[in-house]
Amino acid sequence: MRLVRRFLGQKAFVIGAGILAVIVALALLAPLLAPHDPYAQNLALRNVPPVWYAKGSWLHPLGTDQLGRDYLSRVLYGARISLLIGVSVVLISGIIGTTMGLLAGYFGGKVDLAMTFLVTTRLSMPVILVALAVVAMVGGSLWVVILVLGFLKWDRFAVVMRSATQQVRSLDYVAAAEAAGASTSRIIMREVLPNIVPHLIVVATLEAASAILLEAALSFLGLGVQPPLPSWGLMISEAKAYMFFAFWLIAIPGSALALLIFAINLAGDGLRDVISPEGRA
Amino acid sequence: MIGYILKRLGLALLVALAVSAIAFFLLRLSGDIAMAIAGEGAREEDLAIIRETYGLNRPLIVQYLDWLWQTIRGDFGTSIYFKTDVSKLVLDKLPTTILLGILALGFALLVSIPLGVLAAVYTNTWIDRLALAIAVVGQALPNFFFALILVMLFSITLRWLPVSGSATWLHFVMPTIALGYYVAPAFMRLIRAGMIEVLSADYIRTARAKGLPARKIIFKHALRNAVVPVVALTAVQLGFLLGGSVVIETIFALDGLGYLAYQSITYKDFPVMQIIVLLLSVVYVLLTLAADIANAWLDPRIRVA
Repeated sequence: MRLVRRFLGQKAFVIGAGILAVIVALALLAPLLAPHDPYAQNLALRNVPPVWYAKGSWLHPLGTDQLGRDYLSRVLYGARISLLIGVSVVLISGIIGTTMGLLAGYFGGKVDLAMTFLVTTRLSMPVILVALAVVAMVGGSLWVVILVLGFLKWDRFAVVMRSATQQVRSLDYVAAAEAAGASTSRIIMREVLPNIVPHLIVVATLEAASAILLEAALSFLGLGVQPPLPSWGLMISEAKAYMFFAFWLIAIPGSALALLIFAINLAGDGLRDVISPEGRA
Repeated sequence: MIGYILKRLGLALLVALAVSAIAFFLLRLSGDIAMAIAGEGAREEDLAIIRETYGLNRPLIVQYLDWLWQTIRGDFGTSIYFKTDVSKLVLDKLPTTILLGILALGFALLVSIPLGVLAAVYTNTWIDRLALAIAVVGQALPNFFFALILVMLFSITLRWLPVSGSATWLHFVMPTIALGYYVAPAFMRLIRAGMIEVLSADYIRTARAKGLPARKIIFKHALRNAVVPVVALTAVQLGFLLGGSVVIETIFALDGLGYLAYQSITYKDFPVMQIIVLLLSVVYVLLTLAADIANAWLDPRIRVA
C-alpha cells in the first residue's frame, strides 16, 4: 500500500517536474522561440484574436494586445519574470529563514524563543498588504518586488527548518561530532545542514509558487512590476479594460500562471511524498 | 490553564507592539509623508510648513510614541485623502469586510467539509479524485484571475450578477465565491487526512462492530474528532482571508476595509495605511490567541507546553 502510494507520489512529481521543465526551457529559449519583439508595438494590429478564432492568423498565434504587441512573445518572456521572481525570492527568504531555523533548532532556549516571537510577528502582518504599501512608497520595479517578498516570506523556512534541526540534533552522529570536539559552526554546516536539505527543497518549491502568485497579484494591482515588462499579472491587469470583447487577453496569461503554479505544487507535493511519506497532509 | 492564558496574552501583547512599530517605521522610512500631503512637485517652503504643523520635524521615535499613545486612546488621526476621521472611516468599512470574511469562510467550509469527508470515505475512487482536482485547481488558480472568470461568466455572459459595488446581497456573491475558493483547498486536505486517520482508529472499529449505521459513525463519531485541527487552521486561514480581501474587494469595488487599504496605498494616505496594517494584524493576533486558548481547552496536553 505504501509502495503504491509512493509510486503515485512519484507520478505526480514526474508530471509536475515535466511541465516545469518545459516552462523553464521555453523561458530560457524565449529569444529564439518568440516570433516577434515582445515590446514592439503595432497600433494597426491591436487586439488581434488568437489563431483558433476566425479572425486570427498564424502571424500572431496568440493574437496581439491592446498596443498591438505579439502576445505569444510576451507570454514567453513573461515566464522569465515569473521564474526569476520564484527563484530570487526563495533564495533571499530561504537564506534568512534557514539561518533562523538552524540557530533556533540547534541552540533552543532563548534563541528559540526569539525566533518564535519574530515568526509570530511576521505571520500577523498580511504579506500582500505590507508588500503593496512598501512598493507604493518606494516605487514599483522587478527588483523592489523581489526584495520586498524575499524579506517577508522567510517564515515557513524558519518554522520547518527549526523542527527539522531539532530532530537531527538529537541523533547520535551529532552527539558523536560534539564528543569529537567539532566546533558548533562546523557541526551546523557539516552535520546538520546536509541532513535537512530535503525539507529545504520541499519548502522552497512551495514558497516559489506562492511568491510567483504574490508578484502576479501585486502587478495586477499596479503595484508590482511596471510596464512595459510582460509580467503575467500585469498583462491581465492591462487587459481588464478589454475583457468584454477580448477575454483571451486575460485567459492566456491567467492560464499560463495557473499551469506554472500547478506544476510547481505538483512537483513539490510529489517530492514531499517521496522524502517523507509519513508527513503527508 | 490561567498561567497558559497569561503567557499567551503576554506574547500577543508583545507581538501587537512589535507590529505597531513595524507598521509605523516601515511606512515612514520608505516614503516622505510631507510630500504625500503636499503632492508631487511641492515647493520646499510649503513642505517645511507641513512638517512644522504635523510635527514631522521631531525625532522619529518621538513621533512613533506620540502616534502609539494616540492610537491606544482611540484617536486614529485624520485621513489625508478622505479628510475625515480615520476611526470613522474604518468603522464604516469594517462591517462589509467582516461580512465578506464570514461568508467566504462559510462557503469554504460548506464546500470542503462534505468533499473532504466523501474523499476520505471513498478513498481512491472518482469522488476522491474529483475532490483532489477541485483542491489542486483552487491552489493553482490566482484568485484575481478566478474573480475575472466569474465576472466573465456571471456578469457578462449570463448577466445574473452586478460587476462591482456593495449595495445589495447580490454584490457579495462573486467576492464570496472567489475568496472562499481561495481558502477551501487547505481545509479540504486537512479534513480528508483527518478523516482517514480517524476512520482507522480502534473506537471506529468498535462502533462498526456494534453495528452502528455508517452515516452515524461518520458524522457522530469520526467527523467530530477530525474537525478539531480545523479550529487551529481557521485562525490561520482567516489571516489569508484578510490579505485576500484586499485583492478581491479591489476587483469588485466592494466598499470594505480591503478596498480602503488599496485606496489609501495608492493615494499614499499614511494615517489610514498605518491603522489598517495595525488593525488587520491585531485582528489576526486576537484570532490566533482565541484559537490557541480554544485548543488548550479542548486538549489539555497543549497547556503544559
